[in-house]
Amino acid sequence: MKQPIYLDNNATTPLDPRVLEAMLPYFTEKFGNAASRNHAFGWVAEEGVDYAREQVAKLIGCTEKEVIFTSGATEADNLAIKGVFEMYKDKGNHIITAVTEHKAVLDTCKHLEKNGARVTYLGVKEDGLVDLAELEAAMTPETILVSIMYGNNEIGVIQPVKEISAIAHKYGALFMTDATQAVGKIPVDVNADGIDLMAFSAHKMYGPKGVGALYVRRKNPRVKVTSQMDGGGHERGMRSGTLNVPGIVGLGKACELCRLEMESETIRLSALRDKLESTLNKMEESYVNGNTQHRLPHVANISFKYVEGEGLMMAMSDLAVSSGSACTSASLEPSYVLKSLGLSDDLAHSSIRYGLGRFTTEEEIDQAIAVTQKAVNHLRELSPLWEMFKEGIDLSKIEWAEH
Amino acid sequence: MAYSEKVIDHYNNPRNVGTLNKDSKFVGTGLVGAPECGDVMRLQIEVSEDNVITDAKFKTFGCGSAIASSSLATEWLKGKTIDEALSIDNMDIVEELALPPVKIHCSVLAEDAIKSAINDYRVKNGLEAIVLEKSHH
Repeated sequence: MKQPIYLDNNATTPLDPRVLEAMLPYFTEKFGNAASRNHAFGWVAEEGVDYAREQVAKLIGCTEKEVIFTSGATEADNLAIKGVFEMYKDKGNHIITAVTEHKAVLDTCKHLEKNGARVTYLGVKEDGLVDLAELEAAMTPETILVSIMYGNNEIGVIQPVKEISAIAHKYGALFMTDATQAVGKIPVDVNADGIDLMAFSAHKMYGPKGVGALYVRRKNPRVKVTSQMDGGGHERGMRSGTLNVPGIVGLGKACELCRLEMESETIRLSALRDKLESTLNKMEESYVNGNTQHRLPHVANISFKYVEGEGLMMAMSDLAVSSGSACTSASLEPSYVLKSLGLSDDLAHSSIRYGLGRFTTEEEIDQAIAVTQKAVNHLRELSPLWEMFKEGIDLSKIEWAEH
Repeated sequence: MAYSEKVIDHYNNPRNVGTLNKDSKFVGTGLVGAPECGDVMRLQIEVSEDNVITDAKFKTFGCGSAIASSSLATEWLKGKTIDEALSIDNMDIVEELALPPVKIHCSVLAEDAIKSAINDYRVKNGLEAIVLEKSHH
């Protein structure tokens, strides 16, 4: 077994060798600029891009013309939100999003607030889902955009996008979703889900880094975004810049593989995840974070009370995982996503996120369980809080010296 | 972030983990930090009649650097007089463990824990608590 075991597939996924194979010719013999309209090098590159556009469109149920290639999901989020704000500013200036969004959405909204936008940041329920009644109550005639993510990167919960888009449309607003963690993992259909704009990225679905896409609806309604980069007017004028042909070909191939293998992968991954989660959840004082019914098949987020996440990760150096704890002088704040579920800071500091992927094996999961149990037990032996808990001391009654 | 070898060593083989009888008048206990900040240290010293620290124990909830800082502190405390112990500076810990700037607060917490344990011992034995400078994290 390769060490360390990679269980951080929400951060990024390895490139599937089949994707690499599809990409390679576009670095060398098929190196043309897809915008070169008058010779074979350009045509060959353009063909590669066109085919990738079809592969992407097929995965999300749209037409090829609705796919705008970008450098990744962050750029797509920026283009969608800033682009809609500028394009529809005569209609209104109000944007609704949620506190558990990725920084690419939250910081874009904060940026727009400085430019005259009014932004509502919806809280979430204890299970991480948006409250639909709260969303509806926040809608105003000035609301131009509702931006709610599809699946959460830290806890994996899936938002009720169909219901959210219906509310947005009822009040004449567009619905945008950051679907970086969802596309390729679960069935996403822009028409069935009522999505007007959708950002996603190749490197979360076994494609290359540095490429992603923004879906922009062309019919019912025809959505337009103001471009955020000036240049040659590529991608229907919405995103200038020479196309990253090998990357785009890789994104296309990655989408095709995800589409063909999604059904069996979902069954396999959720079985492995459930094994990991239910075994670890049997440990004393361990808590699963987020809704366990509506969520991505490959994510488990667990808090092990009375041990600190970063220290825990150090004891699990054989595992590549991620923690909601941030123990640096710059930021002692634990994960804002976990905090917004109402988790106390100490539980948020004690959390570990396991992100399974296409190449995760059962053997690795068994190993991950054993390593985690050993590490948690080791650190609890070292933990004064664990000792106090065992002695029956109520930790909330202690006056801690805040620092 | 990569940890120094010394941090890893203390983390994997922590010295003097454990609990002393906090009710004994020869034992001083310092409990510093807060769970919501992600680190809590409990450091205990046992002091002989002639003011020498004969034993030291710790337990820490926190990152690797916090655990290593408190483990190192217990090593240094053993055999020292109270006055010598009071002169341990957090920057000595930073230097010994090669802590990066973002982990300096772990060493500050260890220094606070030492002083807080000494004060607990002093107060128990009818001495005045030493006024501690408010440390900054």
